[in-house]
Amino acid sequence: MKICVLVKEVPDAAVQKRIDTGSMRLDRSGENNLNPFDTHAIEAAMQLKEGGDLQVDEVVAVTMGPGSAQRALQKAVALGADRSVHLSDDALLGSDVCATGLALAKVLESESPDVVLLGQQSDDGECYTIGAVVADHLKMPSLTQVVKMDVEDGKLRCERQAEYGYDTVALTLPAVISVGDAINEPRYPSLKAIMGAKKKPLDTKSTGDVGIDAGQVGEAGSQTTVIALNPPPPKEAGEIIEDEDTAETVEKIVAWLDERKLI
Amino acid sequence: MAGILVYALHDDEGNFNKNSLGALSEAAKLAGELGTEAAAVIVGDISDDGAAGLGNYGVTKVYRAKDVSEGLAPPIVDVMAKIISDDGFSYALFGGGLLGFEIGAGLTARLGAGVTMEVTKVKVDGGKLISERPILQDSQIADVGYVSEPGIIIGRLNAFDIKESGGTAEVVDVEVELSEWSTKAEMVTRGEQRGADVDIEAADILIGGGRGLGSAEGFEGAEALAGAFHNGAVAATRAVVDAGWYPYAAQIGQTGKTVAPKLYLAVGVSGAIQHKVGMMNSENIVAINKDPNAPIFEFSDLGIIGDLNKIMPKLTEAIAAKKG
Repeated sequence: MKICVLVKEVPDAAVQKRIDTGSMRLDRSGENNLNPFDTHAIEAAMQLKEGGDLQVDEVVAVTMGPGSAQRALQKAVALGADRSVHLSDDALLGSDVCATGLALAKVLESESPDVVLLGQQSDDGECYTIGAVVADHLKMPSLTQVVKMDVEDGKLRCERQAEYGYDTVALTLPAVISVGDAINEPRYPSLKAIMGAKKKPLDTKSTGDVGIDAGQVGEAGSQTTVIALNPPPPKEAGEIIEDEDTAETVEKIVAWLDERKLI
Repeated sequence: MAGILVYALHDDEGNFNKNSLGALSEAAKLAGELGTEAAAVIVGDISDDGAAGLGNYGVTKVYRAKDVSEGLAPPIVDVMAKIISDDGFSYALFGGGLLGFEIGAGLTARLGAGVTMEVTKVKVDGGKLISERPILQDSQIADVGYVSEPGIIIGRLNAFDIKESGGTAEVVDVEVELSEWSTKAEMVTRGEQRGADVDIEAADILIGGGRGLGSAEGFEGAEALAGAFHNGAVAATRAVVDAGWYPYAAQIGQTGKTVAPKLYLAVGVSGAIQHKVGMMNSENIVAINKDPNAPIFEFSDLGIIGDLNKIMPKLTEAIAAKKG
């Protein structure tokens, strides 16, 4: 059995993210990192593999992105993936959700996974939707924001919170599951795993290699267009207190609340 | 018909979701501006009156797929894809929540359609719809247009206001053959409540507790602080509810409740968008967090950067003393 984990390279959390107003795309120069939400998906894959209820032969990290995205794959491998696949092609530049989902589905198709796992959202795009897009292309059942996952009679029994409380859903494999960050506490990679990550197999593929029609991805294949970027309506900046002397801080909070008749 | 199709979610008792009703009202308004009509799609066992009653929110037609069960996205993707293909809708609109994201995403793949999510406003320009979508932690707002039809619009929680117009809608039953993979996700239990049934919607003062409280025991401190105000209650973020630290009934945000108390005092809450959308209309927002980069400081009226464990007990004492 094979588990593919979709991962993404995102700007480091400490970096102020900005849009390049020429291309209307996220400026991806500067320090990048593995999307923190994806580490939960890798950990979930490792727990399925180590749990033994499914015979998992390999965990494959899959990404789409420019050359620098290989660092995200190396991190995924350091966290336990056996090998990685990198879909990289200039034709993919500027892909929206529709085009990205199609491209990822095509590269996944070439791996024929039994389970596809991904994080609930990316730190930069905040789209929450890629899992369900990929699943429909792959003709697999899917569920997002899963916070508990167990193997039962060869199915994945998943729990997640929806509009009216917790739902428990049984998925027949193959399936696509996006996991919430409450599902597990990702392990830290060992120094040995970090050192060894570069030696694990990494396949780089172009759109042609996985049968993607270049007209269906990138800007040409995108079905949305960013027309303008505007600042949000101005909001008066709140007052900030840095706690140095707690007695004094508390006095200030109480005075602030009292002034507004909240006590 | 080149109209707008809206998915209306309901619970097991047949009560429609507020965000769905808001989406119906919004679609009716937009359809009016576009010179077209809005329709709703529902699945499951909803009575004729219940279905026709959605006309009260401005839609003229309700498609009902009786044999399809509510609660999981893939079968509903089948239903909506068929209606859109057969009757030629230009847009599909979803109110804020989880299921709309999943169905909208599925439709994107099925129909090769453009999608925008977390949309806070939709406007009409040149006979087409344009979505306003906040990006990069709400620091910018992108105006996004659709290159082809249909365009898929997934709203943010509480983005669209409910407007009752008093009409009734024509109900059309549809039969849809489900895709083979759509039947491979099976609902075992739906809408399970976890933890005590607490009421946070009536409180004027809410103490919102997040992961920064450190543990379930950390909520005792938040409860003591709420108690010091006399009329306070404790709410929670999704992360701590999922971790089992606090009851689901106290949860604020995308898959929880929406509140607007006089005071929302957030302790150890980072302020992720999914939480923000459930409490941003509070009259006064105060946040205590040790991380100076926590997003909550971007929308709080008073922010305190510091250690909760030091501040919260002293604040509780001071408020209790003041209350007498």
